[in-house]
Amino acid sequence: MIEEFIFTNLPALMVAVPLLAAFVCPLVAQISPAMRKMWVMGSMAITSLLGLLLVMRVYTMGTFVYVFGASTPGLSIPLDSGGIPIRIVFTVDAMSAFMDLIIAIVGFCVILYSLSSDERRTSPQYYYTLFLLLIAAVIGMVSTGDLFNFFVFIEISSLASAGLVAYSVEKGRAVEAGLKYFMVSALGGIFLLFVIGILYGQYDALNIAMIAQRMQFTMLDKIALVLLVAALAAKCGAVPMHFWTPDAYSLAPSSVTAMLVVASQASLYGLFRFTFTMYHLSLNYVTIGWTIIVLGVLSMVIGVTMAIPQKDVKRLMAYHAISQTGYMLLGVGVGLAVLGNETAINSFGTIAMEGGIFHIINHALYKGLLFLTAGAIIYRIGTRDLNRMGGLGHSMKYTMIFFIIGSLAIAGIPPFNGFASKLLIYESVYLFNPFLAIIAMVVSILTLASFVKVFHSIFMGPPLPEFASVREVPLPMLLGMGILATLVILFGVFPQTVVNLIVAPAVHALIDQSGYISAILGGA
Amino acid sequence: MNLMTTLSTGSGFWNPVLWLVALIITLIIAYLIWARGERQYKAGTEQVKPFISGNPEPRKGAVHIRAGNLYWGFTDALQGYYRRVIPLHTGILTDYLLWVLWVTALVCILVVV
Repeated sequence: MIEEFIFTNLPALMVAVPLLAAFVCPLVAQISPAMRKMWVMGSMAITSLLGLLLVMRVYTMGTFVYVFGASTPGLSIPLDSGGIPIRIVFTVDAMSAFMDLIIAIVGFCVILYSLSSDERRTSPQYYYTLFLLLIAAVIGMVSTGDLFNFFVFIEISSLASAGLVAYSVEKGRAVEAGLKYFMVSALGGIFLLFVIGILYGQYDALNIAMIAQRMQFTMLDKIALVLLVAALAAKCGAVPMHFWTPDAYSLAPSSVTAMLVVASQASLYGLFRFTFTMYHLSLNYVTIGWTIIVLGVLSMVIGVTMAIPQKDVKRLMAYHAISQTGYMLLGVGVGLAVLGNETAINSFGTIAMEGGIFHIINHALYKGLLFLTAGAIIYRIGTRDLNRMGGLGHSMKYTMIFFIIGSLAIAGIPPFNGFASKLLIYESVYLFNPFLAIIAMVVSILTLASFVKVFHSIFMGPPLPEFASVREVPLPMLLGMGILATLVILFGVFPQTVVNLIVAPAVHALIDQSGYISAILGGA
Repeated sequence: MNLMTTLSTGSGFWNPVLWLVALIITLIIAYLIWARGERQYKAGTEQVKPFISGNPEPRKGAVHIRAGNLYWGFTDALQGYYRRVIPLHTGILTDYLLWVLWVTALVCILVVV
């Protein structure tokens, strides 16, 4: 009975569990700090478990359509609605499930890590309320099949993220970073609201599948598309709209930064979802594809070159996060640019997209890991300044090993996961435009150079007298990092399994617009 | 095992297990060469102390090359680039918002016109 209830309501539970846990957290915290920890960890563990169940359900049985308030959860079009899906509809296809998997894994590791790393914060109950709220919002963003719900969830995500970025205050600097993040997000939110108005005014619908089916690509649709691309590219930190990223990522607590990476990827998901599923071939795919490619190349080059001179370890990593987002934009952008060319999409477009999508999960794993290792260092020595670090490899051996794994993965060194996705991008993009592939390879070399510097600055050299009392971080932090490091290795050693099981279905779900529409409208 | 580990890239393939086997063989060969090296090494003796032309060994903290001293050649060679790019990162919120608006306008021209 319970089992049936859970399986029938999986998409709703995925959002409801962290949402409920977030608001009850301050009450539970009144009992004792231990209860609060158990509550937060337990609710995140359940959310992750539900996420894994949902992913398995979608990959084995196909798209999961869940309609809130319907007599049966799969009834997307009520009999008296005039053929329009009027209720809140969650549409979890393989691409959404792929994102849910990322949130389930990274969310669990980050919360586990955070139980030790963020214990010293003031009012941790409110910190975890915001954290769980962010997780619920990101799950909602990738699960919803409704444009207005997407806007609501992205707004919740922005509010929670801004609060978390500002949480440590840092003499006002973190508050300023939170404000910047919030204002850029608010501008993106206004753009989205305009888009909703434009599309609703024309098509009398907010459901993505319904709009996709009715899409005419009028002048207003073009304006809506421009606003969507700008808003979501800014939210995912694409250059030249990336300026908030180093500020927010560097001043947020490290566990928050790891989760912000996932939140940014949810915006990236939105960008891909709307361009592929809602507009598809109706848009000028060559122009939009090249726009995304140019944003990707700019992000790769400016991100990595700006990272090299940085002296703040988290700011440096933030620029690398921008640079890595460029790879995803490049891979999927190439797929979009050749969407209407059957020969090109079959010969290299699909593989470029697989590379880009594979890089999303790889990036979430290794970048999450790197931010957590940076957090472990800061937790012990209390500074982000690379110039003041050194010799920590003697006292923080496990953290050093995790850092090495993350660094080699981000630099695209075999056999780690970053290499596998980058190889797919290099080879497929080379067939599209060799110059772009060469830029991608050079950026990888610069990434390696940058992380050699960071590794040397933090871990190498003789033990420094000022760090004589430094020891390894607590076990929960090591466990959080350890799980991510293990997955980085496993995804690198078994890349084809990952591609076959989760990446290729996600790419197919993006390309197959008619499949998405018929899952909700039933071929209506 | 091949199906699980060999990644097809469309133009070629990548097998991390083969790469790991090659790496392990290389490490074994390197170890064998290293094992045939100097056998007179004694830890904790004069042998392991750095020789700095008779000068005293500097304190530990002074030996470590800090992050700010690394890659100065790279940034110096690209100073023309950095002189233009770094000032764009003003840290001013209105600039951040203006960049979003500029990009929106540019994409609008490309798509709509």
